[in-house]
Amino acid sequence: MVATFEPKKTYKVIGTRPIRHDGYDKVTGRALYGADLKLPGQVWGAVLRSPYAHANITRMDTSEAEKYPGVLAVVTAKDMPKAESKMVDLGEGTVNEKHEVDRIMASDKIVFRGQPVAAVAAVDRNTAEEAVKLIRVEYQPLQPVLTVEEAMAKGAPIILPDLVGDDLGEKVKKTNMAKHFRHEFGDVEKGFSQAKHIVERTFKMSMTHQGYIEPHNAVAMWDEDNRLRIWTGTQGAFAVRKQMAGILKLDESRVKVTPMEIGGGFGGKIPVYLEPIAALLSKKCRRPVKLVMERKAVFESTGPAPGGTLRVKVGVDASGKITAAASDMKLEAGGFPGSAVGAAAMCIYSPYNIPNTTIDGWDIVVNKPKSAPYRAPGAPQAHFAMESVIDELCEKGGWDPIDFRLKNSAKEGTRRGDGVKFGSIGNVDVLKAASRSPHWKSVLNKDTTDGKKRGRGIASGYWFNIGLKSAVTLSANNDGTVSLVEGSTDIGGSRASIAMQAAEVLGIPALDVRPTVADTEGVAYNDVTGGSRTTYATGFAAYEAAIKMVEELKARAARIWNQDPSDILFKDGVFSAKKDSELRLNFKELSKKLGETGGPVTVTGSVDLSTGGGAYGAHIVDVEVDTETGKVEILRYTIVQDVGKAIHPSYVEGQMQGGVVQGIGWALNEEYFMTKEGTMANSSFLDYRMPTTLDLPKIETVIVEVFNPGHPFGVRGVGEVPIAPPIAAIGNALHDALGVRLVETPFKPGRIMEALEAQSKAAAVKPKR
Amino acid sequence: MHPFAYVEPKTVKEAVAALSKYGDKARPLAGGTDLLVQTRAGRFNLDAVVNLKKIPELMSVKLDANGLEVGAAVPCYRVYEDPKVSAAFPGLIDAASLIGGIQIQSRASMGGNLCNSSPSADATCPMIVHNGVAVIAGPKGTRKVAIEEFCTGPGKNALAAGEFVVTLQFPKPSPTFGAAYERFIPRNEMDIAVVGVASSVTLDAAGKTIKNARIALAAVGPIPIYAVAASEWLKGKPANEASIAQAAAMAKAAARPITDMRGTIEQRKHLVEVLARRTLTKAIERARGK
Ligand SMILES: Cc1cc2nc3c(=O)[nH]c(=O)nc-3n(C[C@H](O)[C@H](O)[C@H](O)COP(=O)(O)OP(=O)(O)OC[C@H]3O[C@@H](n4cnc5c(N)ncnc54)[C@H](O)[C@@H]3O)c2cc1C
Repeated sequence: MVATFEPKKTYKVIGTRPIRHDGYDKVTGRALYGADLKLPGQVWGAVLRSPYAHANITRMDTSEAEKYPGVLAVVTAKDMPKAESKMVDLGEGTVNEKHEVDRIMASDKIVFRGQPVAAVAAVDRNTAEEAVKLIRVEYQPLQPVLTVEEAMAKGAPIILPDLVGDDLGEKVKKTNMAKHFRHEFGDVEKGFSQAKHIVERTFKMSMTHQGYIEPHNAVAMWDEDNRLRIWTGTQGAFAVRKQMAGILKLDESRVKVTPMEIGGGFGGKIPVYLEPIAALLSKKCRRPVKLVMERKAVFESTGPAPGGTLRVKVGVDASGKITAAASDMKLEAGGFPGSAVGAAAMCIYSPYNIPNTTIDGWDIVVNKPKSAPYRAPGAPQAHFAMESVIDELCEKGGWDPIDFRLKNSAKEGTRRGDGVKFGSIGNVDVLKAASRSPHWKSVLNKDTTDGKKRGRGIASGYWFNIGLKSAVTLSANNDGTVSLVEGSTDIGGSRASIAMQAAEVLGIPALDVRPTVADTEGVAYNDVTGGSRTTYATGFAAYEAAIKMVEELKARAARIWNQDPSDILFKDGVFSAKKDSELRLNFKELSKKLGETGGPVTVTGSVDLSTGGGAYGAHIVDVEVDTETGKVEILRYTIVQDVGKAIHPSYVEGQMQGGVVQGIGWALNEEYFMTKEGTMANSSFLDYRMPTTLDLPKIETVIVEVFNPGHPFGVRGVGEVPIAPPIAAIGNALHDALGVRLVETPFKPGRIMEALEAQSKAAAVKPKR
Repeated sequence: MHPFAYVEPKTVKEAVAALSKYGDKARPLAGGTDLLVQTRAGRFNLDAVVNLKKIPELMSVKLDANGLEVGAAVPCYRVYEDPKVSAAFPGLIDAASLIGGIQIQSRASMGGNLCNSSPSADATCPMIVHNGVAVIAGPKGTRKVAIEEFCTGPGKNALAAGEFVVTLQFPKPSPTFGAAYERFIPRNEMDIAVVGVASSVTLDAAGKTIKNARIALAAVGPIPIYAVAASEWLKGKPANEASIAQAAAMAKAAARPITDMRGTIEQRKHLVEVLARRTLTKAIERARGK
């Protein structure tokens, strides 16, 4: 888009808080999710998963399962179309076709525990689950490789024999390193030589799961005419279509995907898991086949955020200016290549203007589930490392953390760590708003009577947000309402925020625009609901369609009044004739007359936006630590974020709070606790500790609106920025409280106790003067 | 899931018959908050589930001069919502009101908590320090087992084939009795104990000397541990900080934890000491009527 837009002062719909269009169905339980679906003739499937994290499959015998009464179909990797070890684009960047197919169902080698090896369809769920246990698989277990260090060690077992790694452009064979890239600007050596304070630290992080409440699900019907229908909870029906067509070697037009309501995704519901298996089972038994995952399978075999090892070194001169930064990020891709390390590199230095920088990024294969996008993929990891080091530098130099960040802030024209120059950005505005917030101005009372310690931390974070392709169709109804058909599945209230943008243009109430999320044949192509793009890009398409609808309606009014279309005015929802002030019709009145003036009115808007509106957040948190147990209480939390324009402020606040909550979980307790065999020991919500309401204060929100000239209403993405800073903010607060720097996530009680113990030991051996 | 029969006896006798018929392929059902979850996760292959909630004895709460008798299937909320029970049995109330959340407490029973026989069970240790006894019915009649002798290993207990727990009995505490239970969890609710400690004391009339004490430890061994040495040592000691500290150190020595995803050996031992101190302090305060 070349057009740039100017901010407008007053809106009628935008910035208000109408109820959401899907609210009724959701609170009354009528909304239909994938697990609710029951098609005529539908049968159930069950999946057999590998108990090993790393193994060769030596033998498989499905005959017992096939004979089990009630079984209708059994599939293994042999039923998958032959895949070659070549790079293909399945809608999410290029991937190795064989890896994608093996991820769905292993053909010869197991690379993570929980990897599917076979599946059964049967008359009901119990029969399928009993039958799947009768499949005999023999494995030759191999030594699992569980960390980036193990994976890169000399003589490490090679996980993917066909992997060709890319080490700064050079091809490497027999490796677990899928990619090593470098971004380099200025002269870091010189930069560090100008520094007065240099801090260098290494951080370790565990994998974390998105933890959406709704497990993965799919219903597939592969009919005799080779047409495949899929119903699933997904972030992108078109992404599912593309993956299905690629994996199953079908023309895209043979695949029709209906997105059901979705109970959370956070990036994790972009890859397909069950859909191809359900499709193959259906192809064999010619019945609709339904698959729903158990939570254990969700944890073990769908994509978490990568853990890994990050090293950051930053230098600051005497005046408090950052002179250089160097970082090295090694992230766990999981069993197949493709971690978020590229995006991490785009974020790590983004709050700052640093003259000399290097970033080394490494994508490392390990025997853990293949990582997937998780809300601002890579940003929480990168900011945890960077913002912890910045905090330490502020302490060393005696600088106020907000003043320091303001002094070094990135601005329009600053070069990002990966080379992109920033357009209009709002980091300075965010930091200023943070310094004015009631929370920052308050004094944290550190005196406790029960021996607990308190501290305050702050951290910045950034996410670039994406644009990409969206299409919207609007149709005028003769009662004055407008149907809006979109292809963006609604995860966080986007039906409302998209409908509101059309309503603003049309001059009608938000609830008079009736949004529907269509299947892949009901609307033109849409990219996934992800990258914080939906309100921005699909909202933009809705805006374009609405402008066209106004034009069409002007033409209709002109025809009724016998005027020239260019003489029709439209303001505040009323059409009028320039030359005759008597001639006036509001939107509703004109809608009634469409039948007599040329038939139904339907218009489309479509966009392909090369960039989104990058945005910043600053988070302030107060913590209290029980130093006898290591337990952390979050006392107060404030999130300040630039959102461009808050279309529906309640949902913007909800996104901000939701991101913080996930970040708190990531910081305090969430982890993939792996046994040395490569089993996730805590694959249930009992031991995978996400915060509950009782673990959280009311999260205060400060919305900052720095207009994005790339969008008609100035929208930037909202949903991902809020998960970028919390880990660092909490780590910094813990440092303030305890005087120890936590360099490994999660900051669980045992780890805090160990850090305190090390601290007291160190104090004891210090020579007294 | 393996298909199973659902049996609903109306009397203790019918229940014994049903359980005897299916042997170890049957399980009693109280609130089901352990049983249903575990069955769905494939831990058992049951032929029968025997619902106990239609048997009157298992659903009654009796408080009289002798003490308290709680039906083994009575849900937690009925225990803590009874003002008389909650005044006299503070340790039980601490447990009943922290198991799960409100939904779970409206189903989950203390009997089920005991019979599930998890080392981390929140009700078992408080029952030990309240001198609880399980009344067991079986093919050979009725017998009684002290709570501290009930569990024999993780998920294992003293019940023989065809036996089940009918009621839980607790003697009436003296007016100078106090008890408390605390667990350590990384979150604030809906969590499983990394360590739990229950303590009870009976003081002399002046509230100065400990006449009797009991300390029990959860999640630091294969079974809930009755810390005998620490408990016995407290007898006759002054109810003060020094005694508490010494008993807490002895309780720590009684712990036999393992390292797992919930915590390390070191961390758990340390937590036993912290929680023993905290619960003893609270039990003494409660005994003094604070
Ligand atoms: C969300 C959630 C949260 C939880 N939180 C906690 C917690 O905080 N602390 C905690 O300790 N537990 C917790 N639990 C576990 C569970 O709720 C408790 O152990 C509860 O007390 C079990 O009681 P129930 O009546 O539901 O037992 P059931 O599930 O009915 O039975 C448990 C076991 O005991 C057997 N059984 C039941 N009654 C008898 C009897 N009378 N005689 C012989 N055998 C019998 C059953 O066959 C089964 O094996 C939680 C569970 C869930 C699902």
